[in-house]
Amino acid sequence: MATVVRDADEAVAGIVDGSTVLIGGFGTAGQPIELIDALIRGGAKDLIVVNNNAGNGRVGLAALLANGQVRKIVCSFPRQADSYVFDELYRSGKVELELVPQGNLAERMRAAGAGIGAFFSPTGVGTPLAEGKESRTIDGRDYLLEYPIEGDVALIKAFRTDTLGNLVYRKTARNFGPVMATAAKITAVQVSEVVQPGGIDPEVVITPGIFVDRIVKIVGVSPLPETGAAG
Amino acid sequence: MSTQTAFDRTRPLGKDDLARLVAADIPPGSYLNLGIGQPTRVADFLEPGSGVVLHTENGMLGVGPQAYGDDIDPDLINAGKIPVTETPGAAYFHHADSFAMMRGGHLDVCVLGAFQVSFDGDLANWHTGASNAIPAVGGAMDLAIGAKEVFVLMTLFSKDGSPKLVPKCTYPLTGVACVSRVYTDCGVFVLTDHGVVARETYGMSRDDLADRLRIRFREG
Repeated sequence: MATVVRDADEAVAGIVDGSTVLIGGFGTAGQPIELIDALIRGGAKDLIVVNNNAGNGRVGLAALLANGQVRKIVCSFPRQADSYVFDELYRSGKVELELVPQGNLAERMRAAGAGIGAFFSPTGVGTPLAEGKESRTIDGRDYLLEYPIEGDVALIKAFRTDTLGNLVYRKTARNFGPVMATAAKITAVQVSEVVQPGGIDPEVVITPGIFVDRIVKIVGVSPLPETGAAG
Repeated sequence: MSTQTAFDRTRPLGKDDLARLVAADIPPGSYLNLGIGQPTRVADFLEPGSGVVLHTENGMLGVGPQAYGDDIDPDLINAGKIPVTETPGAAYFHHADSFAMMRGGHLDVCVLGAFQVSFDGDLANWHTGASNAIPAVGGAMDLAIGAKEVFVLMTLFSKDGSPKLVPKCTYPLTGVACVSRVYTDCGVFVLTDHGVVARETYGMSRDDLADRLRIRFREG
C-alpha cells in the first residue's frame, strides 16, 4: 500500500549498498532529481543504476555518478553532449557499462514487473550486442533470449497522484516511469501534486497505485541542466 | 510519389534538397520515425495535409515542430532531447508501448542516418568500433528491425572519399538486411533481394557511380 512520506530522504530510506536502482527519465525529462539528491545524501555505494542515459550536466544522475556511488550503469545511450561526468569515469575504468538497446531495456523491466522469466527479442540479432546470448529461430525469424531486469528500488517522477499512488504523468516525462514502477520491490515516486482518492478520474490513471510504495510531494521546480544533444 | 524531376541532376543534392526528396517519398498517412540529426530535417519538408504522423521513441505520436522561447516545455522533448510541440491528435505513452510500436511492425517508415549500408541492406550506424569510443545504441537497433521500411539518409562518400554503400559493412552492425532504400547526395538506391537499383543519380552518371562503388546495378 502506498504511503505519503514526509520528504525525499524518507522516500529513499533503506537503500543499501549494492542495490539495483531503476531511475526514471529520458535525459532530464522525468528524471527524479530530488529523489536522486536524497540518494546522494543517503550515501549508499556500489549501486547498479538502470536509466536510459548516463547523466546530464552535473545534477541528478550525473551528481550520483560524480559522488562515486555507482558501480555499474545499465543504459542504452550513455554518450551525450553533456555526459562528461560519466565519460570521465568510464574512460578511467571507475564505472562499468552494460549497453542495452532501448526497447530491450524497457521490455526487460516490463518482463520483471509482469512475472515473465525471459523473452525472445529480434532486436540486436547479428550485432555485437548479440554476443553470448542464446538465440532461437521462430517461424523463420531469429531472436535473442533476454532476461528481466528487476530493481530493488525504482525512483520515478510523475505529475500527480492520489494518496493511493494512482499516478498521472506529464507529456514525454512519462517515458520509463510506468514500466519501472512495476519492476522494483519498492517504488518511490516524486510528484508535483497529491490529491485525495477520487481526485483523479480512474479512466486516466496511467500507473495504478498497486505498483507504488512511497510518495513524496516536491514543491518548486527542479534545476534543469542544459539540454543535451542526441538520445 | 517520386519527385525525380524536381531536382537538378547535374550536381549532388544539398542537405535541404535531400531531406525534401525523402519527405516527398513518405506515403501519405504514414506513421514515421525520424532518427537523430539529419533525418530530423525531413519533418520540415512534409507536405501539410499529408497526414504523416511523427513518432518519437521517448513516447509520443503526433510530434510537432521544434519549440522555441516561451513554448519550450522541459517535459516535451523528442528522441534527440530537443524541445518540441504537440499537434492536435497527439498521444503520449510509456517506453514499453513505444517500442512495441517499433518492434511490433506498426511503424510504416523510419529514416535513419548511417556510417555504412551494405548492398544487402545491413546497417551500421551506432558504433565506429574505435577502441576509445563510448558505445551508445539508443533505439537504433529496435528501429532498424522493427519499422516496415527503413530508409537511410546519408552522404554517399565519407570525408576520405570512401563509399558508405559497401559490399559488406566493416563497422559493427545495427541490424541485418533491414534497409530498403538509401537516399544520398549522389543518388537514390533501392535495395532489393536481387541487387541494388540506382533509381536516380545526382552529379555523377550511373556508370561512374557503379565504378566508384564497385557494383553492378540491377536494372530498376
